[in-house]
Amino acid sequence: MIKIIWKRFRKNSLSVAGLAAIVFLAVIALFAPVVSPYEPTAIDVYNVLSPPNSSHLFGTDELGRDVLSRMIWGARASLKVGFIAVGIAITIGCILGSVSGFYGGRIDAIIMRFVDIMLAFPTFFLILAVISIVEPSISTIMIIIGLTGWMDVARLVRAEFLTIKERDFISAAKAVGAKDLRIIFRHIMPNALSPVFVAATFGIAGAILVESGLSFLGLGVQPPEPSWGNILTSGKDNITVAWWLSLFPGIAILITVLSYNLVGEGLRDALDPRLWGKEKN
Amino acid sequence: MLQYLFKRLLLMIPLIFGITLITFSVVHLAPGGPVDVQTEMSLKASAQARENLKRLYGLDKPLHEQYLDWLKRFIRLDFGKSFVDGRTVIEKIAERIPVTLIINVLSLSLIIAIAIPIGVLSATKQYSIFDKLTTVFVFIGFSTPTFWLALILMIIFGVSLGLLPISGIQSIDVSGMGLVDRIIDWAKHLILPVGLSAFGGIAGLSRYSRSSMLEVIRQDYIRTARAKGLKESDVIIHHALRNALLPVVTILGLSVPGLIGGSVIFETIFAIPGMGQLFYSSAMARDYPTIMGILVIGAVLTLIGNLLADISYAIVDPRIRVSGKNR
Repeated sequence: MIKIIWKRFRKNSLSVAGLAAIVFLAVIALFAPVVSPYEPTAIDVYNVLSPPNSSHLFGTDELGRDVLSRMIWGARASLKVGFIAVGIAITIGCILGSVSGFYGGRIDAIIMRFVDIMLAFPTFFLILAVISIVEPSISTIMIIIGLTGWMDVARLVRAEFLTIKERDFISAAKAVGAKDLRIIFRHIMPNALSPVFVAATFGIAGAILVESGLSFLGLGVQPPEPSWGNILTSGKDNITVAWWLSLFPGIAILITVLSYNLVGEGLRDALDPRLWGKEKN
Repeated sequence: MLQYLFKRLLLMIPLIFGITLITFSVVHLAPGGPVDVQTEMSLKASAQARENLKRLYGLDKPLHEQYLDWLKRFIRLDFGKSFVDGRTVIEKIAERIPVTLIINVLSLSLIIAIAIPIGVLSATKQYSIFDKLTTVFVFIGFSTPTFWLALILMIIFGVSLGLLPISGIQSIDVSGMGLVDRIIDWAKHLILPVGLSAFGGIAGLSRYSRSSMLEVIRQDYIRTARAKGLKESDVIIHHALRNALLPVVTILGLSVPGLIGGSVIFETIFAIPGMGQLFYSSAMARDYPTIMGILVIGAVLTLIGNLLADISYAIVDPRIRVSGKNR
């Protein structure tokens, strides 16, 4: 199964490039202490706001910290937020979506109205409202992005459940007396997961964008802990003198988010059974 | 049609109720809560002072009573007074909303005007160079952090070239200008914020109208139209476009919350005195009445956006109008 998916995924060269970029970033983030040339928080008062040069490839910020090193550690923050936030969103979305689709009726109506209500809030407003109450930090925003991002997954999972539960093998499972929980998790869920994987990949891209935006506004990852978003904040503060503070972290965000989107697109095509017939050509 | 509209309006009532419930819960159930925030600045605030504050805001009552009180005032559009300057929340929001709405309507129009032709063209010329280029643009558009793009454009046009102002919605000396100059001045201030907030939407909507169009031009009735010898432009504009636009209208409605939410970032970056900036500063100052007011109004604006989308959907799609009549 995985072999077939990989074979189909491999045909899309852009998606493969995206996957390579993601792996590269993950390795860098994992080995940040080894690969970053300087300590990300090391202040150097003699090299404040120096433009890119041979010892500081991406220049330094207003405290003389090496921008490249801060970006490498920032990759850690972004990936952490992306994965954990999406993990939370998917867990909630799968639970509510499967309950909604499996049981139907009043439970379904209530959960779906709840989804409608949550979708009515501009997500950024909701996140900002919560952050105004709870101290902003990397763990706060991971949780909040997760708690405000599950609605699409719930809808997807519900739709899958609605079609799968009518199939014969589910009637068979019911006939032999399988319990609801077993039917939901052992029989339906595995068959409903492909759109969830696709949504998760796009979700990580979205979560990284939101994290960088929040950190940029000073509401996400708190300095001195580096993140791509808060390097851009110093970029804005020094907008007239230090273009490199604005340019490089933004490109990093762009490439990362683009890679996840490309992989998501490739996954969607590779997992779409309607396209499987065309595999031969 | 009227019946459909009525039904659609009725459906909004439980949603608005739910919106108020969630808004209230977010602020009141979060650890800390309003009074802690006000007193944590001064550690000396005595237990007595905290009690007084609680009574002042009605926080000593049970939660459900507080909610009902707030809801009763909300129905009369009374969101209470701002913690920051004591002005009524509704007054503060009312003076900020027009700017935000104007910018969002402008960028929505820009999105429609650019994205739909792009989508239609790349669908009718599938796999052409134009189609490939727009696909690349769409992916980059999806993935660009627009606040970063804003910074870069500010550096290029504002700082390096000095062509455009980088903050506010009008120059300081605007009162001395004639009408024409004044309009040019506004346009200069708005071009970057409007263009940028449209940027992501253009990518999304052009992708969407492309796939919708692709689906439509494979239909039998398009083949029929071609077979009876209509000009290709007639086929596309009169037969395909109208059908392809149906799902696009829904997507437009769904994009409203994103636009409104995005206004926080743009208005903060460009120092535009709109609702987003007010929300940001209220969140920083932990001004709960204002936060709650804007949350509710933001969500209701989204519902109105969806309603407008549904109405236009009903206008373009006769099936909905008819089925509404039959029920």
